[in-house]
Amino acid sequence: MNKLSVNHLLGIKDLIKDDIELIFNTADNFKEIINRPIKKVPSLRDITICNLFFENSTRTKLSFELAEKRLSADIINFSSSSSSVSKGETLIDTVNNILSMKVDMLVMRHPNAGAAAFLSKNVNATIINAGDGAHEHPTQALLDAYSIKEKLGTLKDKNILIVGDILHSRVALSNIFCLQKLGANVKVCGPSTLLPKYISSLQVETETDLNKALQWCDVAMMLRIQLERQQIKYFPSLREYSMLYGLTLQKVKKLNKEILIMHPGPINRGVEITSDVADSKHSIILNQVENGVAIRMAVLYLLAGKTKPTATL
Amino acid sequence: MKERVILNSKELEFTLQRLCYELIENHGDFSNTAILGLQPRGIFVAQRIHTYLTKITGNKKIEIGKIDITFHRDDFRRRESVLIPTPTEIDFILEGKKVILIDDVLYTGRTIRAGLDAMLAFGRPSLVELLVLIDRRFTRHLPIQANYVGKEVDTIESERVLVQWKETDKKDQILLYSQK
Repeated sequence: MNKLSVNHLLGIKDLIKDDIELIFNTADNFKEIINRPIKKVPSLRDITICNLFFENSTRTKLSFELAEKRLSADIINFSSSSSSVSKGETLIDTVNNILSMKVDMLVMRHPNAGAAAFLSKNVNATIINAGDGAHEHPTQALLDAYSIKEKLGTLKDKNILIVGDILHSRVALSNIFCLQKLGANVKVCGPSTLLPKYISSLQVETETDLNKALQWCDVAMMLRIQLERQQIKYFPSLREYSMLYGLTLQKVKKLNKEILIMHPGPINRGVEITSDVADSKHSIILNQVENGVAIRMAVLYLLAGKTKPTATL
Repeated sequence: MKERVILNSKELEFTLQRLCYELIENHGDFSNTAILGLQPRGIFVAQRIHTYLTKITGNKKIEIGKIDITFHRDDFRRRESVLIPTPTEIDFILEGKKVILIDDVLYTGRTIRAGLDAMLAFGRPSLVELLVLIDRRFTRHLPIQANYVGKEVDTIESERVLVQWKETDKKDQILLYSQK
């Protein structure tokens, strides 16, 4: 297969296993390119991309920008805080205005779940979801799975543990879909108040004892506590959370086996993960960031390849 | 579909050896010359040429690489499916070196144009030459000619030239397919 089954990347749920493997194979080549002295190829030179960020982002935004630049696309950046959205313009109006300036693709982050899917049905451009509320963050899941595959060779039958604020995490949901499609077993761990009630319907096991869960896993993915999305208190204090669910070197050493430690960032050192673990040889946090650019280049290349040049004559 | 053998296994071997001697005339012991095979099918020609050159010159350190041109093609978004890349493997710098670009069939010249473009990411060579096994004459879309040619053939657009290798197709031979 040499074509994605979708025209937009809205979520991992819409992808089939072949799509994910195609993205990984293409990313292998981009990884080689971004390690060259000249890190640029001309594939997307006739494409204009708008990065629409209605929510804060460091890694994802920079990573998309670099990926776009290394494919030679023209890019424009939009952030909601300095735009007319604060004057009351609707999402579709904002986007249609941008598109009338001949933009071909949109990378969007939005605080509301389903915003990317909504846009894909209402405007004429290729949409890439860079995170929509607590719903999905597909490129993060792809780069996480790619990083695990790079270290362990395969995801088939591997035990992957996701720890922390599962309830508010789009990274957790996208990862569950992605890892399961690639044949891995996924378990989530955290205080029961932060484990969604219906998670078992996704064939995901839950565990509230971190030490027990760590014994089971090959890979531990630590998530940040998303205080900005929490309207009520889900646990008594951050100190108590970090004692029970924070990953320390002591807990890792007690395992008597090697596990991979991941984190999608931003890290709250001393809360969900201590510095000595985050900077240890088990941690592949910075590999994740490097792979992010290659994965995003692959997604942009494969989706742009499904479009046709617009005749302007 | 009619099939005709352009070069059989023995003739292909002679042709490859003759090309090697032509290369040696211009590049001596290959101390400052590198070989680059164009992915996906030029790499087999490059590998054979490299083996013969090593044998004839005695230089066991002749540099060889593979170069993929997918991201430099001029037909992106203009074909039905997206082209999937193959690996580029160049473990040396091309800056100041002489480079022999190698492909199996020279047809429109567009692949070579993309190859020249892709190569520049690895430095500025002092000289670039082109070696092809088969030159389909009078079919060029661009002003590109090879310096070393295995065999010239006159073909029409509907015909297809296929170079087969023991490694992948069980037999070394070059075939021409025509409609009738």
